[in-house]
Amino acid sequence: MAGASSQSGMKAALTLTTQRFASSLLTLLLVSVTIFVIAQLLPGDAAQEALGQSATAEQIAALRHEMGLDRPAYVRYADWLGGMVSGNPGQSMVANMPVAEVIAERLPNSLLLAALTALVAVPVALAIGIGSAMNRGGRIDRALNIATLSMVAVPEFLVATIAVLIFSVKLRWLPSIALVSDDMTWGEYLPGVAMPILTLSVVVIAQMARMTRAAVIDQMDRPYVEMAVLKGVAPVQVVLKHIMPNAIAPIVNAMALSLSYLLGGAVIVETIFNYPGLASLMVNAVTSRDMPLLQACAMIFCAAYLLLMLIADVTAILANPRLRAQ
Amino acid sequence: MGAAFKRAKALPMSGKVGLVLVIFWLAVALFGPMLAPYPVGAFVAYDVFDGQSAAHWLGSDYLGRDVLSRLLSGARYTVGLAAAAALLASATGTALALTAAVGGAKVDEPLSRFMDMLISIPSKIFSLVLVAAFGSSLPLLLLIAAITYVPGNYRIARALAVNLAQMDYVQVARARGEGRFHIAITEILPNMIHPLLADFGLRFVFIVLLLSGLSFLGLGVQPPDADLGSLVRENISGLGEGALAILAPAVAIATLTVGVNLLIDALPGRGKGR
Repeated sequence: MAGASSQSGMKAALTLTTQRFASSLLTLLLVSVTIFVIAQLLPGDAAQEALGQSATAEQIAALRHEMGLDRPAYVRYADWLGGMVSGNPGQSMVANMPVAEVIAERLPNSLLLAALTALVAVPVALAIGIGSAMNRGGRIDRALNIATLSMVAVPEFLVATIAVLIFSVKLRWLPSIALVSDDMTWGEYLPGVAMPILTLSVVVIAQMARMTRAAVIDQMDRPYVEMAVLKGVAPVQVVLKHIMPNAIAPIVNAMALSLSYLLGGAVIVETIFNYPGLASLMVNAVTSRDMPLLQACAMIFCAAYLLLMLIADVTAILANPRLRAQ
Repeated sequence: MGAAFKRAKALPMSGKVGLVLVIFWLAVALFGPMLAPYPVGAFVAYDVFDGQSAAHWLGSDYLGRDVLSRLLSGARYTVGLAAAAALLASATGTALALTAAVGGAKVDEPLSRFMDMLISIPSKIFSLVLVAAFGSSLPLLLLIAAITYVPGNYRIARALAVNLAQMDYVQVARARGEGRFHIAITEILPNMIHPLLADFGLRFVFIVLLLSGLSFLGLGVQPPDADLGSLVRENISGLGEGALAILAPAVAIATLTVGVNLLIDALPGRGKGR
């Protein structure tokens, strides 16, 4: 009897996960259409841009034909999408090399930065979030509330500026520019990225801590927690043994949401510290109007965002005790 | 006036601080340029990146211009653009949400799917693509910031409106034979004004951060105009010497956004934050 119900539970969880995955893919496809359409709205096209004002109409028409810009939009879209999927999203106009190569150079740097930031931010945010939830309404909770509330609204460049003033101008501990190369050891790499990580962490921690606090407090109001408290379980045990197993889904959800902020925050932070990541590459693509590169970068960011949301939702599905196999 | 004063007095300490900051920046945006001690573009100091002095309260910038004067006129762009964009985003999002709530599944389904799709593009990435496609003149920046934040407002306003549309008093209005437009405007909208105001404040904060971020990247407000983000950017070379010229505008933005956040958080029955 128990076996049958746990099997149907597994099956339901699997179905839900598959559905969720399919809907993410569909969304990504629609996002690609949106980005392609917006990029096509550019006044004048790439051929005109490349040749400048003085080009004759014939020259432009010839280049347009060469670049395949004279084909109908849906053909170009299919072409581009096929290229993205097969790992060849076209030619970067400014760098004059394949977009895939330009991105391959930058992407590992960005992933590393994100991973290190998550490594720093997640434990701190959990501690702050759970700590202030346990102290709900108390002095520490209110102080942390004001602090995190302020931190989420502070622009990244202020945090970065203050960090530079303290750590490289006054204390002279860290370089103010993140120099990164392939043959660096960790000992050389870490001081260079310490400040980008610090800057990104501040905002991520604030956001994640707020959502963790909300998730834990939501559980605290449930009758089972009151029961545990009344039978004399110590507060720390209540949180660890009773609340955490039930709050894990919303907390993972909160983490995925806050980490998605890294995608946007990195745009500013990578630029300030001159960190050679994907976000600063995208800013360069906007400045130089390198549309193939820009589209590819935008798609990577959107895919990363959707992946984080997918992870959050699937965790919620799997952590639901009604679906979890016993 | 008396009622408003009473309400302000009932706010917790953090809310009062927020209110004071918000009023201060609104005043600066309105009257700042009149109070500026020097013309915005004039080279008035002998030295670049001067520190604080009696003649230049916030020092001088990378060209020897008065930072205080530039900040006082830059605030107008930051506050004005963001307020207009937040208003446009909220009005558009709410109008679409009301349409979805009274229009039935045929309108609601495609519209909500479309907004869900837009919301899954991170806002900074979305605005970067828009800037690349359209450019960044002042009206375009306003439009770009508004477009970027319509989906977020729509999602919240739709949730409110759909809930209200199920209420008995709306059903009664429908049975009375009121038109959809009438129901949306006179029955539903007045009951969602409070959470929408809180949401407007949040959009305003997001947009201030977005626009100053864009300006900081050199993709926002273009010279000779300068908002607070541009002031940070143009003085970035003073970072190594810890110049006041770069710190002052960055702190100015933070006090504005933190002020709005504190105020919204202190309001009773506020909407949910990010």
